[in-house]
Amino acid sequence: MKVIAKTGNEAMAYAMKQINPDVVAAYPITPATEVVQIFSNYVADGEVDTEFVAAESEHSALSACVGASVAGGRVMTSTASQGLALMHEILYIAAGNHLPIVIALVNRSLSAPINIHCDHSDTMGSREAGWMQFYSANSQEAYDSIIIALKVAETCGVPAIVSTDAFIISHCMDRLEVLEDEEVQKFIGEYNPKYYALDIGKPKTYGPLDLQDYFFEHKRSQIDAFSKVLGTYNKIAQEYEKLSGRYYPAVEEYRTDGAEVAIFTAGSTADTAKEVVDDLREQGRKIGLVRMRMWRPLPIEEIKKALSKFKAVAVMDRSDTMADFGGPVFLETRGILYDLDKRPIITDYVYGLGGRNVEIADIVRVYDEITEVAKTGKVSKPVTYLGVRGEE
Amino acid sequence: MKDVHVECQRLMDWQELAKGCLIQEAATSLNFKTGDWRSMRPVWSEDKCIQCLFCWITCPDSAIKVKDGKVTGIDYEFCKGCGICAQICPEKASAIEMIREEK
Amino acid sequence: MQQYFEVRWHGRGGQGAKTAALLFGEAAMETGKYIQAFPEYGPERTGAPVKSFNRLADDPIRIHTQVINPNVVVVLDSSLLECLDVTEGIQEGGTLLINSQESADELKKKLAKTEGYKLAVVDASKIAMELLKRDVPNTVMLGAMVKVTGALEWDSALASIEKKLNVKFRGRKEIIEGNIKAIKRAYDEVKVA
Repeated sequence: MKVIAKTGNEAMAYAMKQINPDVVAAYPITPATEVVQIFSNYVADGEVDTEFVAAESEHSALSACVGASVAGGRVMTSTASQGLALMHEILYIAAGNHLPIVIALVNRSLSAPINIHCDHSDTMGSREAGWMQFYSANSQEAYDSIIIALKVAETCGVPAIVSTDAFIISHCMDRLEVLEDEEVQKFIGEYNPKYYALDIGKPKTYGPLDLQDYFFEHKRSQIDAFSKVLGTYNKIAQEYEKLSGRYYPAVEEYRTDGAEVAIFTAGSTADTAKEVVDDLREQGRKIGLVRMRMWRPLPIEEIKKALSKFKAVAVMDRSDTMADFGGPVFLETRGILYDLDKRPIITDYVYGLGGRNVEIADIVRVYDEITEVAKTGKVSKPVTYLGVRGEE
Repeated sequence: MKDVHVECQRLMDWQELAKGCLIQEAATSLNFKTGDWRSMRPVWSEDKCIQCLFCWITCPDSAIKVKDGKVTGIDYEFCKGCGICAQICPEKASAIEMIREEK
Repeated sequence: MQQYFEVRWHGRGGQGAKTAALLFGEAAMETGKYIQAFPEYGPERTGAPVKSFNRLADDPIRIHTQVINPNVVVVLDSSLLECLDVTEGIQEGGTLLINSQESADELKKKLAKTEGYKLAVVDASKIAMELLKRDVPNTVMLGAMVKVTGALEWDSALASIEKKLNVKFRGRKEIIEGNIKAIKRAYDEVKVA
């Protein structure tokens, strides 16, 4: 084990270097540019054996990744925001063909208005594409997640997005522990796809037209493969813990014992909230935190189990659904809790759009308000826009 | 896991399918004869043909048979009768004539 | 909440405020601290006012908020005093370190707040011009920074910076030695008002 100082982008590029993929096809975009730039340095310096394809757009970059993955390669790329939006069409093609491509992504808001800072609207907009989604709370987790996600992806034949928060994590230098190259190689193992196009002894046909008679069956089989991801993830996360000492459950509970209310959120804000939880717990407040780390596939039973014990839950969403009813995490979590006989009251705080700073005081306020909701049983405002001028 | 085969009789359930609509053989279009779609039939005359191979290049269904660099005929199992070969054939040669298909 | 040691760097695009924060953060990490170093990004243009930050602690750092109340503010370019309030949010008993040829008394006339913190001045640009032949005050300021804040142990900080410079300048001795000399001179020459 080595301790090094790295930004989120450097950490993800470093994990990619240790993975040493066969092909990386990419197009740079702020704030994920560095991932590609640093990785291309590794290529130029001969530290990896990767074929690096500098594409002319993200659409082309992911298309090249699809081609390389069909050919049988271990394939990765990196993007953010508009880049992921431009990849949108190809996301479905990669997932529908069961290609285990991994994207090192930086969560950045989508235009308009144009902005380069953090929110989760890019990946939330792709949550139905059939890609696993992991939201990292810090650089350490981003590094670890890239390695874990690659192995899960290749085991299940499902692609994965590992993301960090723009600038807050991507450009923040942090202290992190990294594995040795050989340890990573041993952990991920050699990639031996069962079927691949360059298997010239056994030629195959990829991407045929699939009409009314079979399309639905193939989609159903894709959904089935996706439903098996969580079990595989849990197993691989435990294997990774044995190797690194760090364990990342799909849904993380933090000081939830005896708590009556909780915040349910993702990314760097969850990390910040842990500090708030410690402070408020010291004051005797019965509060806890549940962190959403894996958002696709949706860890339904884990979320149910984690949230069912509270009187009230405040979701903090870093994007909005434009449904005039809060963010995606809120809407889906409400759906999950609907089945419970005794379900917590649930409210939503849409916050931090376009990189708006979330302060300690903001999180304290959410705990204060949700505590009041639990006490009175009354919700005066199901959705609050937190930290925006012109609203309370 | 079986793959979808154009000639399979029974429609399979999703559990039986290979992932991602992968077909575990190549050139399966050879199993799919499209020749019976034809309403006009191209007829090639060897004596008029100047062997320019324009028809071979332009045929969208690769239905012009060529051997040792020379046109030898038309593959009626796949020719859909579009007439592009007759259109492209140089006027002074006019080696391909389109006639009504009679079954 | 654990005690954090927080730093805000003010500079102009191209002066190396980000690099200074990264160097300081990495040096702090090598003395056993947990660290964060991050820039504030906006439209990055050479000459535009930019900020970067450090957060240091003895235990793992979990908060990812902006630095609002820094213990130390470092100003790489004193012309920034004319256009923004560099004392904003500075902690009671904190330190404001400015690269300037002017005296502390003259500088105070340009500051929004003059009480409650320690003002330190060093002419880092002059040192840089003499030893590096270029006005790159960022690494130079690190020397003064370590001296006036006592945040890091001097020898190990210097060793870490030297290591980092070695990587950055790929063993170009002149530049590395010049920088180290400049850092040492700033350490000696910084004056606390």
